[in-house]
Parts: sequence; C-alpha cells; structure tokens
Amino acid sequence: MNDFLTMGGYGGYVWPAYAIALVVLVLVLVLTLRGAASSQKTLDLLQQARGGRRSRRGAAPVGDQAVTPSTVDTGAERP
Amino acid sequence: MTRKKRRLMLVGLGMLLLGSATALTLTAFQDNLVFFYSPSDVQEKHVDPGRRFRLGGLVEEGSVHKDGTTVRFNVTDLNNSLPVSFTGILPDLFREGQGVVAEGALDGSGTFKAVEVLAKHDENYMPPEVAESLKKSGKWTGAETERMKEQGHPAGMTAPASAK
Amino acid sequence: MHRFANPARFLRLATILLPWAVGVTVISLVAGLAYALVLSPADYQQGETVRIMYIHVPAAWMGMFAYTMMAIASAVALIWKHPLADLAGKASAPVGAAFTLICLVTGSLWGKPMWGTWWVWDARLTSMLILLFLYLGYMALQSAFDDPRRGQKAASVLALVGFVNVPIIKFSVDWWNTLHQPASVVKMGGPAIDASMLVPLLLMALAFKGYYVVVLLIRIRTEIAEAKIRTLRMAELHG
Repeated sequence: MNDFLTMGGYGGYVWPAYAIALVVLVLVLVLTLRGAASSQKTLDLLQQARGGRRSRRGAAPVGDQAVTPSTVDTGAERP
Repeated sequence: MTRKKRRLMLVGLGMLLLGSATALTLTAFQDNLVFFYSPSDVQEKHVDPGRRFRLGGLVEEGSVHKDGTTVRFNVTDLNNSLPVSFTGILPDLFREGQGVVAEGALDGSGTFKAVEVLAKHDENYMPPEVAESLKKSGKWTGAETERMKEQGHPAGMTAPASAK
Repeated sequence: MHRFANPARFLRLATILLPWAVGVTVISLVAGLAYALVLSPADYQQGETVRIMYIHVPAAWMGMFAYTMMAIASAVALIWKHPLADLAGKASAPVGAAFTLICLVTGSLWGKPMWGTWWVWDARLTSMLILLFLYLGYMALQSAFDDPRRGQKAASVLALVGFVNVPIIKFSVDWWNTLHQPASVVKMGGPAIDASMLVPLLLMALAFKGYYVVVLLIRIRTEIAEAKIRTLRMAELHG
C-alpha cells in the first residue's frame, strides 16, 4: 500500500498528474452540464410562453421546425 | 461552377498552399530547429569555444568519473566522442549507455562544460523481467545502443551529415 | 450528412447515443484506472513514472483528434454551410483544449523526474503548445466580433490554417532531433510497448474518447437549444 502511495519515490509526480487530469475533466463536464441545464430551462420557459400565445393563434409548436442556415444564429461562445 | 464547388476549391487550394509554405519554411530553418548536435556534428562544424549549444548522444561506457561535486563523462555517437564536465544534479536516468543531452559550451581545451544535463530515454516500454530476459538471452544490449548501431544515431537524432 | 441538417434528427440520435457513450466511458475508465495504477507493472527504465503515460498519451491523442474534428467541422461549415458544422466545431474546442492542457501538464510532471527538466523547446513540446494556443485563439475569435457569424467564420479559418500543426506534432520526433522520444505505439514495425502496458493505455484512450463523445453531444445539444432561443427571441421582437 505504501508503495502504491509513494510510487517508488515518484509519488509527487504521478499523483498530481492524475489529480490535475481529474480536476480539468470534471470541471469541463460540470460546466457543460450547467450550460445544458440553463439553456434547457430558458428554452422551456420561452416555448411555454410562446405555446400559450400560439395556441390562441392555432399555429404548430416551434420544436419541429428544421433549423435552416438562415435561422441558425451561432451567436456568442458559451463556456 | 457552383458557389459550393468554388468554396471547396478555395479551401483545398488554401490548405495546399499553406502546407507547401510550411514545408518550405521548416526546410529552410532545418539547421535552427536542430535541438542538439552530435559529437560528430560538433567536430564537423568547428563550433567556437564559448558558443552555447546542446550536445546529444550516449554516455560512453566506462567514461563516468566523479571528481568531488564535478562529474566527467564522454558523450559518444559511436563515431566520435566528446568529453564533458558538469557540476550539478544529474537526472535519475543518467548512467552509462543512456542517451543524454547536455547544454553548455566548449572550453578552450576541447572539453564541453555543461550547465545542464538531461537524460534522454527511448520509446520502449516493458516490465523489468522482460528487459532482464532480453538481456540474458543476448538479444539486447540496450535500446539506445541498438538504434545507434542500426541507424548510426540514437533515438530522435538525425544521422550526422558526415556519416553514410 | 444532409439528413442531420435537421437538428431534431440530431437530437433524437444524441438521445440514443448518449447513454451508450456514458456507459463506455465509465466502464473503460474504471478498468483503465485499475490497470494503470494497480494491475500493470512499472517500467524497466522509467519505474513508476510510466503510470503518467496512461494519462499523458491518451490526452495527447484526444487533443489532436478533437482539433482534427474541429478542422473538419470548420471545412464543412465554410464549404457546405452545413448548419450543424459550426456547432460541432464550437463544441469540440473547449474539450480539445482541456485535453491538450492535460497533456502538457502531465508531460511536465513526467519530464522533470525522467529528463531532468519541466520543459524544453523541442519540436514536439513546442508544437503541442502551439496546438493549445490555436484552441485558445479559436475560442477567442468566436467572441471577438460584434457579429457572431463573422467571429465563427474567422475561427473556422483559423482552425483550418492551424491544422497543418497536427501532422507536425505527429512527425516532429521523426523529422527533427528532439528530447522527446519517438513514437511507441503508432509506428512502423508495431508497438514498442509491452502488452501489459498497452492494455491500460488503450483502455484510458477509450475512456477519453467516450468522454469526448459525451461532452460533445451535450454541448451540441446546448448549442442547438441556444440557437432556438435566439430564433424565438428574434420572432418575439418581430412578432
């Protein structure tokens, strides 16, 4: 067990390597999931509001429309 | 020609031009991009004493001597060798037969005074038992020496211009 | 390719693929770490530091792979104006940059005990650092313009121009003399790695690949949602 921790004397290099990789990958994953959740929430709110207005007009819901080049706005970067 | 085809051609042409420009630039800078000179290179190029550069090769067998805090050894590319002296901490992998890259300058007497010594290892990975059995069966003297014999230079070194 | 121009189709595909990608990632990560840290031997030459390889090399592979995906996406966006291509490139960038950063840092941690230095400006390390800068440049260009479409176009051009760096990274150790040793896995004559070490290496590579797919799918999904949000907001302004 001790050899596992000290890694033959190189523990000070091996463990930080694994730790940094873990931290960076978890960070990217967390930011990704947060971004996804926040976008989904905003989209749901907007679609609900629109759905209310649209059902009064009788038009189809937004989700099925193909997003063509003219309507896709690649916009600003999200972290 | 459709606009799509034209865009495709433009991108293709652009990449081709870029690739060629890069290849030409890198070829032109070949000498500047050399990370280290072999002992043969040093002899051939008549490097002035005091001019800083990196020397790369193998630590010559039987050439390592400790002189107090200073260590002396020869760097060889199996064609030529150069004596080196260094005061400082050697990397863990430093030993006879191992690849080495030293940074420093020649002093007036033909010795390379190193300010930094780095170990260079090959690309082979295996457990100690496998290495042992290879050595025992006589099939392996040490990968760096193998490559040096086969190709005239250690791993990562281009052949000295003088050889072949 | 044009079948996927419809984001609804992509979203359905993503929903099916995602759990599988997560599964592959988790399983190969657990197995990979078990082999990397416990079930594989130390190296005859580099001792226990060889375990850093199981993070460093897959990260390097992914850094280059993600950039290649980004460059392809950029080419598709510029030439065919495929609507999802920009989104795929955008989604790849932060992940690729993360892997490249991990490669550089773990490389440093490996280089110090083995070579005796944290860094050298040899062709391999320098070109890898340039790769990181290209990623950062790509992400910066996207935000640098008032018109996000111009920013994305500039970023796509940078991605393509920078692609010449990828073969340079790969062949740097062959073309120039470097401190970094030559290739051990993808080389003529077969791998120079013992099977007991190739196993954790490939498992970790699979785990990183799976991770990339998972994050990419989620990020593209987010980008599509963002695009819809913008569309809805524009419609609201005019409706």
